[in-house]
Amino acid sequence: MKANDKSADVIIIGGGIMGCSTAYRLAKEGVSVLVLEAKEIGNGGSSRNAGGVRQSARDIRELPLAMYAVSNIWPTLSEELDIDVEYVQNGNLRLGKTEAHVTALTNLVKKSTSVGLDVRMITGNEAREICPYMSDEVLGASWCPSDGHANPLHTTLGFYKKALEYGATFATGIQVFGLQKVKGRVRQVVTDDGIYEAQHILLCAGHASRAIANTVGIDIPVERETSEVFVTEQMKPMFGQMLGTSDADFYGHQSAHGSFVLGGMGGLEKFTSNYYGDETHNVTLPKLSRGVIKYFPDLANVKIIRSWAGQYDVCADGVPVIDNVSEVPGLTIAFGFCGHGFGIAPAVSIALCELIMKGKSETIDISKLNYDRFAAKG
Amino acid sequence: MGIIIRTKHTQPFIPQPDDSMIICRCEEITKGEIRKAVYDGMRTINEVKRYLRAGMGLCQGQTCQRLVLGIIASESQISAGELGHITGRMPVRPATMDYIGKSTEHSEGVERYESK
Ligand SMILES: Cc1cc2nc3c(=O)[nH]c(=O)nc-3n(C[C@H](O)[C@H](O)[C@H](O)COP(=O)(O)OP(=O)(O)OC[C@H]3O[C@@H](n4cnc5c(N)ncnc54)[C@H](O)[C@@H]3O)c2cc1C
Repeated sequence: MKANDKSADVIIIGGGIMGCSTAYRLAKEGVSVLVLEAKEIGNGGSSRNAGGVRQSARDIRELPLAMYAVSNIWPTLSEELDIDVEYVQNGNLRLGKTEAHVTALTNLVKKSTSVGLDVRMITGNEAREICPYMSDEVLGASWCPSDGHANPLHTTLGFYKKALEYGATFATGIQVFGLQKVKGRVRQVVTDDGIYEAQHILLCAGHASRAIANTVGIDIPVERETSEVFVTEQMKPMFGQMLGTSDADFYGHQSAHGSFVLGGMGGLEKFTSNYYGDETHNVTLPKLSRGVIKYFPDLANVKIIRSWAGQYDVCADGVPVIDNVSEVPGLTIAFGFCGHGFGIAPAVSIALCELIMKGKSETIDISKLNYDRFAAKG
Repeated sequence: MGIIIRTKHTQPFIPQPDDSMIICRCEEITKGEIRKAVYDGMRTINEVKRYLRAGMGLCQGQTCQRLVLGIIASESQISAGELGHITGRMPVRPATMDYIGKSTEHSEGVERYESK
């Protein structure tokens, strides 16, 4: 595609990790790709997440994506993208402080093992053997040794860089308003820079995708939710696991750089006037700090350097929609990742590439992530 | 920020004599690394920050931001005004988790809205 050309075989809406990784795979296959991004590359959740690459505690409908990514893509992704994605596979601990937490965790473990994931319940003491800095408050945990974490900034920008190398074009600063059909197929993308045209359109613009899909009569029940993350000063290596808690007090890990990357929700952000911006809320950081200190008292005197907020695209039934839309031939959609799309993104883009090029996903089973699964009860 | 079109670079990367000059002192990022980041496709100041950590250290870019912007602008032929600025982030100065955790304890107005 030439710089001033407004058409391509495939137009991708959204320059997050889904858009960048799919652009990379399509361009590698020789397809002409144009990515339209409203702001900057990785402006959304893809640069704001906590880097968890987790299979445990996932809905089994999306587990095939997570297991495929961990077995086949993450271990060699740094070489593939020619950038250090800082992938560390040291397991995931999901911590419980009460009997109720332990019961909830045990139920999650049962579901995951039923589809072949190696995850088990361990006692508080066993968890402290794995991660000695943990406080006595931890009663039990789920333990998935093959889980891990990576650097979301390097991963997203690494896919972007490689997509460029294979000939994809990215246009940033272009806001997409909607889609238009021509002769029964979706063909045009309406933007603040006029109309762009493609044979096939992939919509992966996070929570903003819903309104764009609405313009061709498709509605997916997705809403947004704010979560915040902070990073600390550099510390000596203390632990390598990805951490989460049954109570959702916080999630996160220590990065390769040595800083801790920790996140979570304050719980009352929704009731503030700026909920739908990417701004942090003054109640959240104090609450997260107290949460972390309860589990890891040694971190009390570690300094916080910066914090930020990001938006989850939360789907009504907890898993994303990744599918071709049959009423709108030529349209593929991928959104509703519910706050954990980063870890599966390298596998999602394989499915998306196949949906676009072959009409169906052959390598990975995404049959439960169909777009037409929603029906009001009763 | 205006529209920026990004395509594959067509020329090889050409090193310059002052490439080893340190620009971001907190994270020790050199001019050459920033030039290479632009060559690899990074355009805005936040993209360069995320790619290299330039401006992510203790001073949060207060020292190097203008210099980094100048390098991106001259490498990409885009005016510095189009390249954004490093997003200001809380806390303004580094503070311990203990201090921040207690920071809303005595403030009634905030306490009312806080979840336990
Ligand atoms: C705080 C936080 C923590 C998280 N932690 C984890 C974690 O530990 N592990 C994990 O697996 N996942 C995590 N996630 C989730 C993960 O980040 C997302 O699921 C993933 O990044 C989604 O990628 P995406 O490309 O679909 O969306 P995004 O990265 O949001 O990209 C969408 C892009 O579309 C652009 N866009 C929006 N509207 C328009 C428009 N009208 N026109 C053009 N472009 C538009 C946006 O600017 C954005 O760049 C977290 C998310 C957040 C916010």
